[in-house]
Amino acid sequence: MNRIKIIIITVLVLVFTAGIILSSSCAGAAGEEAAGEEPAEEAAGGAVTLTSLFMSQAGYSEEDVRNITDEFMEANPDIKVDLTFVAYENLHDKIVTSLSSGAGGYDTILIDTVWPAEFASAGFLLDITDKVTSEMQEDIWPAALKAVVWEDRIVGMPWLNDVEYFYYNEKMLKEAGFDNPPATWSELKEQGEVLIEKGIVEHPFIDEWAQEEALTAQYTQYLYAFGGEFFDEDLNPLFNQGGGLEALEFMAENMQSGIINPASTESAWEACRNVFSQGNAAFCVNFTYMWGLANDPDESTVAGDVKLGLMPGEVVESATLNGGMGMGISSKTKYPDEAWKYVEYLSSKDVQKRYAKNALPIWKSLFDDPEVIETQPELVNMSKEQYAYIVNRPIVPWYSDLSRAFQIEIHNAVLGQKTPQQALDDVATVARDLKEKYSE
Amino acid sequence: MRKGLSEKKLAFILIIPAIIIIFAIVIYPLINALYQSFFDYNLAFPHLRDFYGLGNYIDVLKNGYFWQSLLNTVYFTVFSIGLELLLGFIVALVLNQEFIGKWLVRTLIIIPWAVPPVVNATVWKWIANSEYGSLNSILYTLGIIKKYRVWLSDPFWSMMLVIIADVWKYTPLVAIMFLAALQTIPDDLYEAAKIDGANPLRRIISITIPLIKPTIIVVLILRTFEAFKVFDLIFVMTRGGPAFKTTVISYFTYLETFSQLNVGRGSAIAYIIVFFMSLLSYLYIRSLKNTDNY
Repeated sequence: MNRIKIIIITVLVLVFTAGIILSSSCAGAAGEEAAGEEPAEEAAGGAVTLTSLFMSQAGYSEEDVRNITDEFMEANPDIKVDLTFVAYENLHDKIVTSLSSGAGGYDTILIDTVWPAEFASAGFLLDITDKVTSEMQEDIWPAALKAVVWEDRIVGMPWLNDVEYFYYNEKMLKEAGFDNPPATWSELKEQGEVLIEKGIVEHPFIDEWAQEEALTAQYTQYLYAFGGEFFDEDLNPLFNQGGGLEALEFMAENMQSGIINPASTESAWEACRNVFSQGNAAFCVNFTYMWGLANDPDESTVAGDVKLGLMPGEVVESATLNGGMGMGISSKTKYPDEAWKYVEYLSSKDVQKRYAKNALPIWKSLFDDPEVIETQPELVNMSKEQYAYIVNRPIVPWYSDLSRAFQIEIHNAVLGQKTPQQALDDVATVARDLKEKYSE
Repeated sequence: MRKGLSEKKLAFILIIPAIIIIFAIVIYPLINALYQSFFDYNLAFPHLRDFYGLGNYIDVLKNGYFWQSLLNTVYFTVFSIGLELLLGFIVALVLNQEFIGKWLVRTLIIIPWAVPPVVNATVWKWIANSEYGSLNSILYTLGIIKKYRVWLSDPFWSMMLVIIADVWKYTPLVAIMFLAALQTIPDDLYEAAKIDGANPLRRIISITIPLIKPTIIVVLILRTFEAFKVFDLIFVMTRGGPAFKTTVISYFTYLETFSQLNVGRGSAIAYIIVFFMSLLSYLYIRSLKNTDNY
């Protein structure tokens, strides 16, 4: 009998704990954040400590950011900056949990193109429209500026100017008898078939299709290349027909036929870079940062064979993803002026010029600067051409919900669980529900 | 003259701090979550916060993704616990025998359980990696697979690997608990059975299992709740992919609450989970009542 009592009590306790863990992990998560990043007590009188959140992949490397920050702290001895780096796929949730907790969270945060709508409408970000002068705005690449604008307000300083580039292994293509990289996705398929036939590479193309943001990002490029649109003006879904549908059909078909590496569905940018750098792919789509690394013999077995092509098109000439990111300032920061000073420094022409190797500057005027061109002439030249074909993921406040639906359903299609039509129709249903829900 | 506090009062004073803490970090969030679950509240749209009644619960129950994630959870729970109980029982039987180096094996067996969950998940993620993982390399060398496979993107194998990772970690716990129960069984029962001509299998079925049944149920309850709440493995290994096949209910709740900022709906899901767990515990307790006592 006693034993039964003990067990009943245990069970009750367990149910209780389960409830707490699941329902109030909000408080838990927020608590952890706060415990982890408690700003150090100000050492000298008047010194200010900023906490700053970055991502640890693509664009400026962690080392670059640390160096830039050290320079800044040297020039501003009364400001100390604590840095936190998380992987891109964790960045959104990290921002959200820390800024919505009420504990203050970070002073400056790195934000992606698709988040300003969501963050600004939640009141997370400081409006800095008056700080980014019109003179500055004119000199910033439009895509980079677009990454931080929401309803005509500027909610962050453009910082990272990036698009995806088409990388190919010239040696493999020559071996297969091709002198040019594919100009269209269909041509990529044809070249891929020859590459497989001649036994040059098992899976010619690796792409970022892990069930995370990367997948929506890549799909965006296919969709626009095939002449599709996400929505009409009233936000009615258009992606489940025409170009949007053909894009997914292309993805699914080439996944089944092996042109696209099956490992794509578990890969994001770093994983793809590894496969390509090991000589296990002839084609790869990636950001600026891969250029230096893929041609570095310490990082890559195919250094020297890597070349850049314009992103393939199909119906249109080319389509590349806007990977621009900006530095937002939290609306809860106690030190808005110091935070702006730091953010301004990160984006300053001087810094962007000196660290142009991993990410090209946001400033148009720097693209004619011989020092910038000299860092990587091929990439700078390609970028000027590629910038004419920048496409954006849909900018809607309910983007996160939408993107999740895309990720799940595109996976269903490329893994053969659903037909592309069915998968996209299911996303369209989700999109309609979301629109209705938030239309007030 | 001075009379000390009565024992009751003293006890009360001593537990006051604990009660305050429990209220602050347990009871309050619990009630607050229940309260929030009746609101249509998204952190990204704070101005749209509105009383929604049971709307969140209805939305969730009508949501196909919710049911699929629940199904995934049940699948994970049944398979992982089934394997853990079976393997744990076998390991316990072996460890209950006399052999040289028994103490060493008993110590070693506990190691997987001592590994932090996130480390365990990361290790298994690397093992299953399609490019450099040891799973591919071992199976390929043995000639079991013809070419490298992408385990964690395979709709079937991704879940299997998550289950294997869980089984690897928790079998030792189950085994140790079973071992403790086995040691309470007197040897003379087995000797008597032996004299009556019962073979080893018969002895296990008729003596061992009935006598450790209470432990089996305790383990079952413990592991069911743990497995139902599995989060770290999924978060690290698959992030719910591929094609939603490994999105379990707790990860779904996390997505809803922290990625989509849908606090109201997230809280509603949490309470629906609590409901399912209460149902499970009720069933377990009932089955326990029917246990014969020896």
